[in-house]
Amino acid sequence: MKSRHKKLLVILLGLSGLGIATALILNAFQSNLVFFYSPSEVAEGKAPLDRAFRIGGLVEDGSVQRDADGLTVRFVVTDTAKSMPVVYKGILPDLFKEGKGVVAEGKMGADGLFNSSQVLAKHDENYMPPEAAHALEQAAKAQQTLAQ
Amino acid sequence: MKLYTFASPATFYHLAGKLIPWFAWSAGLLTLWGLYISFFLAPTDFQQSEAYRIIFIHVPAAWMSMFIYLVMAFWGAIGLAFNTRLSFMMARALAPTGAMFTFVALWTGALWGKPMWGAWWVWDARLTSELILLFLYVGIIALWAAIDDVKRGDRAGSLLTLIGAINVPIIYFSVIWWNTLHQGASISVTKAPSMAAIMLQGMLVMAVAAWFYTIAVALVRVRRIILERERHTEWAKAILEGDQ
Amino acid sequence: MEWASWSEFWDMAGYGLYVWGSFGVTALCVLIEVILLKRAGTDTLRRLKRMQQWEEQ
Repeated sequence: MKSRHKKLLVILLGLSGLGIATALILNAFQSNLVFFYSPSEVAEGKAPLDRAFRIGGLVEDGSVQRDADGLTVRFVVTDTAKSMPVVYKGILPDLFKEGKGVVAEGKMGADGLFNSSQVLAKHDENYMPPEAAHALEQAAKAQQTLAQ
Repeated sequence: MKLYTFASPATFYHLAGKLIPWFAWSAGLLTLWGLYISFFLAPTDFQQSEAYRIIFIHVPAAWMSMFIYLVMAFWGAIGLAFNTRLSFMMARALAPTGAMFTFVALWTGALWGKPMWGAWWVWDARLTSELILLFLYVGIIALWAAIDDVKRGDRAGSLLTLIGAINVPIIYFSVIWWNTLHQGASISVTKAPSMAAIMLQGMLVMAVAAWFYTIAVALVRVRRIILERERHTEWAKAILEGDQ
Repeated sequence: MEWASWSEFWDMAGYGLYVWGSFGVTALCVLIEVILLKRAGTDTLRRLKRMQQWEEQ
């Protein structure tokens, strides 16, 4: 009888622990439904400027600059309509590249510079061998020259 | 012989016993084939280099985690609606494998996210809803373990499964409905796959292997459950006596 | 063939830890599930037989 009660207690504790964890996760889920804001949304004042938030977009071509200390990186995040300058000190993910997707977490400075504490790369769902990617690139270039 | 005779636990017990080796062997061979494609035929990826090879486990495991849950919900609904004993047993037999695949999807996702995104984990909608799926599996299994009365346990567990089923479309469509760090689907019914053919083939072979594995394992489990619940029937007694 | 040597194969272009960590843990999970299943099967059979013998007496 005693061991039965013990078993029931353990299970009840486990289930309630699971319930609490689920509630916490649902809370995280709800507050992260908007995982990042685009530069346009930030410009429209949709982002919470008084606390940390994430911005997402593409790293603008030719915008990446490294400071002399070798750790600080400056780049511009764009959604092609609006863009935002970002400064970040730390290690960048392997897929961080100009023209590719990025999500940066940080706070907006008074000077309009986004001070980032974490930079994540956001890649697309395309998978192909390098030769195929190269061929696609060439085709796109050829089309561009034709259009001109 | 009518179709519903298969729904009798006795017939199903014997049928399952005959099917298990077929599914198990197919699963094994398909896994070998799938691994061969994954590592020796599929070329490197233009963006992610060799790290992308995690996809050959990650995506099949994630599919299975959602699919098994839907099948469990289906059997649970059938059981609740028609009070068929076997459907509850099927639901119980699937849950541990579903939980295993959910864990594998999360684990391989973390190992993929760290080098590519730059983080083991983020609380975006896709990852968070998949974690909730793991909690649902664990919660359902715990509930079944906690209720000694078989009938009551069946009903309570299946009810929880059905309530939690809302989470599956949330997982699947999260990358479309909300902005997430997780990329969209490479394969869907509405557009051509955005993957090289051989990569896609490897992923599909691994997915079919996971399917067959799940069926084999679930059948082994359901036979055990059937024998346990039917041990007072003549056929079950004959098995227990004959198999000394 | 994608690989020039075995060491290149294991290295996975520097992502070996992540790739093999994924495949290895998955294999381990499957192995554990199969072992637990086997053990639960023999345990159940033994228990049911014992119960039956006890009930027949």
